[in-house]
Amino acid sequence: MTFKKRLLAVVAGAALALPIVLPTAANAHRAWLVPSATVLSGESAWVGVDAAISNELFYADHNAMRLDAVVVTQPDGSVEKIQNPATGKYRSIFDVQLSKPGTYKIGSSTSSVMASWTQDGQVKRFRGSPEDFAKQVPAGAADLKTIKSFNRNETFVTRDAPTTTVFAPTGKGLELVPVTHPNDLVAGEAATFKFLLDGKPAADLEVTFAPGNSRYRATPGDFKVKTGADGSFKVTFPEAGMYWMNATVRSGETGRGPGGPGGGMGGPGGGAPGGAQAPATPLAGNGMSAGYTATLEALRP
Amino acid sequence: MKRSLSLLTFSALGAATTPALAADLNVTVEVPRLTVAEYHKPYVAIWIENPADATAAGTLAVWYDADSKEDKGVKWLKDMRQWWRKAGRTMSFPADGISGATRAPGPQKVVFAGAKGPLKDLKPGQYNLVVEAAREVGGHEAVRVPFTWGKPGKPATAKGTAELGAVTVAVK
Repeated sequence: MTFKKRLLAVVAGAALALPIVLPTAANAHRAWLVPSATVLSGESAWVGVDAAISNELFYADHNAMRLDAVVVTQPDGSVEKIQNPATGKYRSIFDVQLSKPGTYKIGSSTSSVMASWTQDGQVKRFRGSPEDFAKQVPAGAADLKTIKSFNRNETFVTRDAPTTTVFAPTGKGLELVPVTHPNDLVAGEAATFKFLLDGKPAADLEVTFAPGNSRYRATPGDFKVKTGADGSFKVTFPEAGMYWMNATVRSGETGRGPGGPGGGMGGPGGGAPGGAQAPATPLAGNGMSAGYTATLEALRP
Repeated sequence: MKRSLSLLTFSALGAATTPALAADLNVTVEVPRLTVAEYHKPYVAIWIENPADATAAGTLAVWYDADSKEDKGVKWLKDMRQWWRKAGRTMSFPADGISGATRAPGPQKVVFAGAKGPLKDLKPGQYNLVVEAAREVGGHEAVRVPFTWGKPGKPATAKGTAELGAVTVAVK
């Protein structure tokens, strides 16, 4: 079994088994990957990363993030496994060695499908990876309805000079295009980013920023900006620190009705394959969602 | 009076157009003596800044622990973060004629020859000399001293408040 296949299998399994809450879900729980540093120098550079899901940023006090789908994209575009992973009660940790100069992307991109159809007079439900969907849901199934989700959660670290290979768009879901490099952010300076949805400019997209250290402020300090017609937006980080950035696009059916909760992967399954559950209810219609989350650091001037 | 004025103007112009290599940059950096439980000599970057857009016009010196067996000192170069962002991160270390050992507390005099390094091709004009210090288990500070390159001038001084004392720059 290849690493990728095994990974997908684990992701699909996790999706069914765990009540993980994604940032795109109805409540405010936020998933995050916080590296120990984002700007590094020298050949012996490593970062340690904390990965968790919580309300307050960035305090691991709710659920650890599953690391099965988390990988490292190196400055040359090659994909590596994370090192020294461990998952505790409230957070997961792992290491990334920056053995080459340039910018690394650390995170996950996961796609999932929720589906309902009618077979032999009965409503059938599916929830899992697009690969399993293709295998398990009959082609041309009657009354087929699908909700497709694509979610990214990532962070970036740079050793020596920043590079942009890891930002090459794949054309799937929401993706960040660095007009300003995410490892070149300084408090008080305007930065420009751009979002793509399935490879095209994501216009009129609401982007949420939430600063860390929220426990020590009277108010959370979240703020929102909107992308223009070209998918770009400007943001000035008011203070130095780590920021959680999130944007979500939805259309059509959300799957949150009686047919099954959760928009992304990882919600409690709504009548998964093989599950001997109460009679399944069909999805009300087709839908899609794409979520993007990143942790960014603004340095002191 | 009129004549002497125009003569002065003329001589000033003459000085400005003489080749820059006639002058050197004399810099004195006061490394403060600090009474702290754990003292490490600061890492220091000395660089030239274009005042118009705050970009770097060249790195003159970087004092760090290049002999460190553990990390050759480069691990902490990013802590001089303004310099690192504008110049350091695209350089390789050790850098010939730039890398040097950390300096002890007291006034540290350095002369940067106008015929060498980034000064050799520096166009006459207004610049800032930036001295940026970062100290292990200590703080960070950058001190800027304006100077005019291209003709000898009076020394100019600016003072740090924590990690640097007086920085004096003279084009001689």
